[in-house]
Amino acid sequence: MKFAVVVFPGSNCDRDMYYAAKDALGEEADLVWYQEANLDGYDAILIPGGFSYGDYLRSGAIASTSDIVKQLRTQAEKGIPILGVCNGFQILLESGLLPGAMLRNQNLKFMCHFENLVVENNDTLFTSKYQKGEVVSIPIAHHDGNYYCDEETLAKLKENNQIVFSYQNNPNGSVADIAGIINEQGNVLGMMPHPERAVEAILNSDDGFKLFQSMLENWRERYVAGA
Amino acid sequence: MLQAPELSPEQVEQDKVYQEMGLTDKEYDMIKNIMGRRPNFTEIGIFSVMWSEHCSYKTSKPLLSKFPTEGPQVVQGPGEGAGVVNIGDGQGVVFKVESHNHPSAVEPYQGAATGVGGIIRDVFSMGARPIASLNSLRFGNLNTGRVKYLFDEVVHGIAGYGNCVGVPTVGGEVQFDDCYEGNPLVNAMCVGLIDTKDIQKGIAAGLGNTIMYVGSKTGRDGIHGATFASEDLSEDSESKRSNVQVGDPFMEKLLIEACLEVIHSDALVGIQDMGAAGLTSSASEMASKAGMGMEMNLDLIPQREENMTAYEMMLSESQERMLLCVKKGEEQEIVDIFKKYDLEAVAVGEVTGDKMFRLLHKGDVVADIPVDNLAEDAPIFHKESKVPHIYEEYQKMPAYKPDVTDHAETLKQLLQQPTIASKEYIYDQYDSMVQANTVFSPGSDAAVVRVRGYDKAIAMTTDCNSRYIHLDPEVGGKIAVAEAARNIVASGAKPLALTDGLNFGNPDKPENFWQMEKSVEGMSAASLRLNTPVISGNVSLYNESNGQAIFPTPVVGMVGLHQSLSDITPSHFQHEGDLVYVIGETKAEFGGSELQNLLEGKYFGKAPAIDLDTEAKRQEQLLDAIQAGLVSSAHDLAEGGLGVAVAECLFNGKGLGAELQVEGDVTSALFSESQSRFLVSIPEGKRQAFEAKVEDARLLGTVTSSNRLVVRNGDKEAITEDVESLQQLWKGAIPCLLKSKA
Repeated sequence: MKFAVVVFPGSNCDRDMYYAAKDALGEEADLVWYQEANLDGYDAILIPGGFSYGDYLRSGAIASTSDIVKQLRTQAEKGIPILGVCNGFQILLESGLLPGAMLRNQNLKFMCHFENLVVENNDTLFTSKYQKGEVVSIPIAHHDGNYYCDEETLAKLKENNQIVFSYQNNPNGSVADIAGIINEQGNVLGMMPHPERAVEAILNSDDGFKLFQSMLENWRERYVAGA
Repeated sequence: MLQAPELSPEQVEQDKVYQEMGLTDKEYDMIKNIMGRRPNFTEIGIFSVMWSEHCSYKTSKPLLSKFPTEGPQVVQGPGEGAGVVNIGDGQGVVFKVESHNHPSAVEPYQGAATGVGGIIRDVFSMGARPIASLNSLRFGNLNTGRVKYLFDEVVHGIAGYGNCVGVPTVGGEVQFDDCYEGNPLVNAMCVGLIDTKDIQKGIAAGLGNTIMYVGSKTGRDGIHGATFASEDLSEDSESKRSNVQVGDPFMEKLLIEACLEVIHSDALVGIQDMGAAGLTSSASEMASKAGMGMEMNLDLIPQREENMTAYEMMLSESQERMLLCVKKGEEQEIVDIFKKYDLEAVAVGEVTGDKMFRLLHKGDVVADIPVDNLAEDAPIFHKESKVPHIYEEYQKMPAYKPDVTDHAETLKQLLQQPTIASKEYIYDQYDSMVQANTVFSPGSDAAVVRVRGYDKAIAMTTDCNSRYIHLDPEVGGKIAVAEAARNIVASGAKPLALTDGLNFGNPDKPENFWQMEKSVEGMSAASLRLNTPVISGNVSLYNESNGQAIFPTPVVGMVGLHQSLSDITPSHFQHEGDLVYVIGETKAEFGGSELQNLLEGKYFGKAPAIDLDTEAKRQEQLLDAIQAGLVSSAHDLAEGGLGVAVAECLFNGKGLGAELQVEGDVTSALFSESQSRFLVSIPEGKRQAFEAKVEDARLLGTVTSSNRLVVRNGDKEAITEDVESLQQLWKGAIPCLLKSKA
């Protein structure tokens, strides 16, 4: 399986994501610079965390206007799995690939620590190796992680089972304790917590590893086993 | 903005304008002598920043030469952007600490943020990828609105910058004492990892080679920052807010990535960050180190504001700028690398052979100075030193005997002292895990970052108990180094080397200078004995506000190596049934202790004694036991003594407790701050092997599953407390102080 990790100016979890795919999972991965990227030929696209364009204007706002977002849309329509973590999630929201918006954390401070997440939906390309209701320990590191959407959108997210992860103890004020959501089509996942920082026991948790394993397993089932 | 009127050389001399820039009459005469004429306004400005304490170390140099700086592990000692130690496999660890005290006192957010930015640049300018940041902070007690504001904004500034550049802030220390109320200390340390073959130097070598400018444009911010940092803070310091630079971490992140690409280019000859004294110091130091001269055309300097004078450009401390020396004719290669990151690399000058520092502006030569006199040959002053009266008084005092009746209550109060209380409020605001290598984040004795792809890890810590140094600078200096090494060892690593962040008061006062001398002597003795040479450092003097000096605070930043990941040892208790030992003897030593401050509201008497041979022996034996796999947890005993250390060992949410038996005077056993001690837990089955390796270990009791801390003295229970409620007090103390009305 071949992963693309999209690197924007100011991305800073790009290598972490790359190592999660390459070293922890043992699959192929490329760091692709946003200007030079051709996303054709990748089996999955990872949008890492960080501070793209310094978070100037709004987190993810400037990156969402870059040309590569057009390619992301094309790949999303083709059904290619796209995972956006933290700033990656913010970029997906700003570019409209996922619904809703991010506000400042309720306490107006950056926060970084492990949080317990509940796997609300394990019937996705990203979470099939988890149990539904499983509680996993994955770190957060954000200033603007307070997910917001209107009631209509929330009702839709619930109805379609689009809420994939929720916080057990909501740290930032997110609507409905939302930590991660998926698009209706089921191939674009955005989440604030960092699974790529929790792929080895030595990093104090490997609970995020199953997310990458799920992506690999689903790809194999679709392309390798079926072939 | 109005252009500053530039005065003629005659006026500079007549009106003694140089005094406002921090130069003395004597120094002015020296400069006139060097030049063979009266220096003009720009030239005197350049001299004033290069000869400021911050850049020249003119006062501290005679002291710094006492530090041991060599050892088989040292790849690069003091003198470059940062020091380097060998960690095997062709790799080195690059690190340095730097202060940003004065800026943080007047503009805490930007002061702290640019402190972080500056030290990160020092590390990547060596060619290393920055892998971790630490800090060492000092504030007044959190009971005035001003101190709370400084505290909150400093933390906010460190977070704002560090989080954005993607370097994890993995550790640090904070102490609160009244002496820091008007003059907080903000020391930032950065640690980088490098393949030693890639080490870069800040040199401008090769006649005719090109000098290139990269990064942010030059503005009027930070003019005379280095001079500002070299004088006492006073009530009108607030007016110097415009001396404080403004940081752009996004620009820094781009610079990191671009510079780490550039170091692999053969076109690059030398690279240095524009730190204190900006363009002036980087350019003159690079030329002087190479034994060359330099000519720059200031018209070519990228400028953020219009009509900047030569003086303003040379003294600006605008952030996120680097100066490169590039092989003549190969400039385009460098330009192309920076272009990828939307950064401009501009040729602004060239290396000359005449050892002169020559600046052109609008067709005129605006400065022409022998470069060595600016950089390497700045004057050195030997200050007067005098034993302070207060020291003699402290030495004569009888040993302080605290009167404690309720030990449980005292423990609770100690756990709520801000210096001891949980710093979660602070470190939760730092991204401590980016780069996905952090094994132990803040809250451990030492932070531990693994080296990806190898069976090894790096331990790092910052330490300095300035109360002991206030009482006895020589003993306190030894303790600062020993405590840092103790923290490294407790995590299972071998201490390698240290960086010193010397923060003192005004050195013109002989009593202050004596404190500097003695602390450096103490630190030198300890670093020699513990085999941790000093490989880099920073000096910050004039830390006084309204005539009152801070406690002498020579911060020690230390780095160690875990030879295997399996050596990494937590500070918290791990398993029910493990045996709890204290290593080292406990005496009734309360001078400078947290208990003394709690009961008396001040520090006095003798500092705790330290014997460096004993210290070294205990560290070696414990490390040996850890490497033999005999130890479950290890924690050093520091502020608040054994009582606080035991409680801390239980604050990891595992629901564990401990039942311990202490002998002799309970107050001493629990709260004395005797040195060279550790608290360890080991599996019961390792008892014999452990006791055979560690001589001074005494069994105290066991780790239990009860979630209760029980300490007995004979058949009396001195403490019986619920761990959970102790932890709540410890955790809640700082947020509670911040919320309480000033």
